[in-house]
Amino acid sequence: MNFLLVLEWLIKGFVWALVLLGGFAYLTLYERKALARIQSRVGPNRAGPWGILQPIADAVKLVFKEELTPAKADKLIFTLAPVITVVPAVVITAVVPWGPSLDIFGYHLNLYIADINVGVLYIMSIASIAVYGIVLAGWSSNNKYAMLGGLRSSAQMISYEIALGLSFVSAILLAGSMRMLDIVSAQGGYWLHVIPKWFVVLQPVGTAIFLIATLAEVNRAPFDMPEAEQELTAGYHTEYSGMKFALLFMAEYTKMIAISAIGATLFFGGFNGPFVEKFPWLGPIYIFIKIILLLFGMIWVRATFPRIRYDRLMAFGWKVLLPLSLALVFITAVGIILAQQQPHLIFFVPLASLLAAGVAVAMIDRTLRRKDYARR
Amino acid sequence: MRVVEPVIELGRGLWTTLRMMFDKPVTIQYPEQKKPVKARFRGRHTLKRYENGLEKCIGCALCAAACPADAIFVESSENTDQARFSPGDRFASTYEINMLRCIFCGFCEDACPTEAIVLGDQYELSFTDRSQAIYPKKMLIEPVGAGASPTPQETQPGLYTRSVPEMRDPQD
Repeated sequence: MNFLLVLEWLIKGFVWALVLLGGFAYLTLYERKALARIQSRVGPNRAGPWGILQPIADAVKLVFKEELTPAKADKLIFTLAPVITVVPAVVITAVVPWGPSLDIFGYHLNLYIADINVGVLYIMSIASIAVYGIVLAGWSSNNKYAMLGGLRSSAQMISYEIALGLSFVSAILLAGSMRMLDIVSAQGGYWLHVIPKWFVVLQPVGTAIFLIATLAEVNRAPFDMPEAEQELTAGYHTEYSGMKFALLFMAEYTKMIAISAIGATLFFGGFNGPFVEKFPWLGPIYIFIKIILLLFGMIWVRATFPRIRYDRLMAFGWKVLLPLSLALVFITAVGIILAQQQPHLIFFVPLASLLAAGVAVAMIDRTLRRKDYARR
Repeated sequence: MRVVEPVIELGRGLWTTLRMMFDKPVTIQYPEQKKPVKARFRGRHTLKRYENGLEKCIGCALCAAACPADAIFVESSENTDQARFSPGDRFASTYEINMLRCIFCGFCEDACPTEAIVLGDQYELSFTDRSQAIYPKKMLIEPVGAGASPTPQETQPGLYTRSVPEMRDPQD
């Protein structure tokens, strides 16, 4: 533990935090622009060329706004809740590698902050902490809308965390390790020189479950139940204003980036891409492009699908996603054992999981149609 | 047993929104780019003049009487042949419209016997002070056209005795 190493960690942590915070600001602009284009609008274009100074204008506005604290709010927890929400959102990406090792000026630089051997477990545990922030924010506001929003969000996040964790398990099983670097290197290489060995090919249904569960996990539409404007005004952040509101907002968008980075690492090959072995500096560019595409997916889904009713949301989480992801874990385990006999049998995994997903879709369809019939 | 159709339906929804991304935006960049108003748009009032520059308004205050919002105030004075503002005996020496009260119903247009007041196409009516909301006559009146002389004019006696012109059928 020499001084240079500590300095390296500090600089990397600082840079990554800056990337996340700046990325949060520009994610809001990206989302507004993309939503606007989908709705045949132009989007923000007044502050600076193409509106690129819009996040700065927003930040200045929020900083100068009055901060209100409700009279009967629990002041300490009311102040602490945004902090508890933001910190996990920022530190969660510490284990995500954004590139292989790089040699610059004779110094060996690892392009990741921490390479802990239980990286996926770390992500799961940190992600769960964020629920506390939201529940406490809702409870300490002394407001029924905030309270209901907080309760809904805790129920929703805990329910979908199970499906999320089980979709992680299939990636862990396929890589045989919980270390993020091992998971990324297991996805290197190609089949038939064209199809990348990403886990999205081996486990498409697991990836789909991951993407659905992350939408619920970061409270995005169509699962934005905790902040359903029509019924709960703004949900858990009804009473928040000024910089405290900005922190809650920041946590939400930082979590979007974090979860996209995790998804890119676990299922979309992380920093793998053409020529990354020869030029390691391509790694961060590849993972950046993958994160941008996954974020666009989230915005796209928000622009397309209406909010799901609360009981349907819980039923979907517990009665569909949980059994399906348990089945996927089983299928993946069987596929890995088969692959030990005959390597090509690894393709049992995608085929069997697509079959399982087909059964799930048919069951949902049957249930919904039965309800339709009963209503008539 | 429908397996593929529900997934295709989700995909169709996504495709619809994605396709819209490549549509031309319908936004009009307002201060730089303005849409022309419709032919019968009711914007800010204008007080019209005759071709020779005399004001059409004769200060009868029928517009003020017709106004449901009580936004118009008219005070009239006597015309003389030395200082003539409008045909006939009288002209509007004060003509004020309170734009905060005005509801742009156009009843003043209908009430006017000389077609002096017309609701125009001007709709940018912002002000920073309540007193600025009261538009006086010099803001409302049309500028003097080419070849016409401004009011008050010195006119021949006995020429402008009729205050209300002979009306023709409306052209538009």
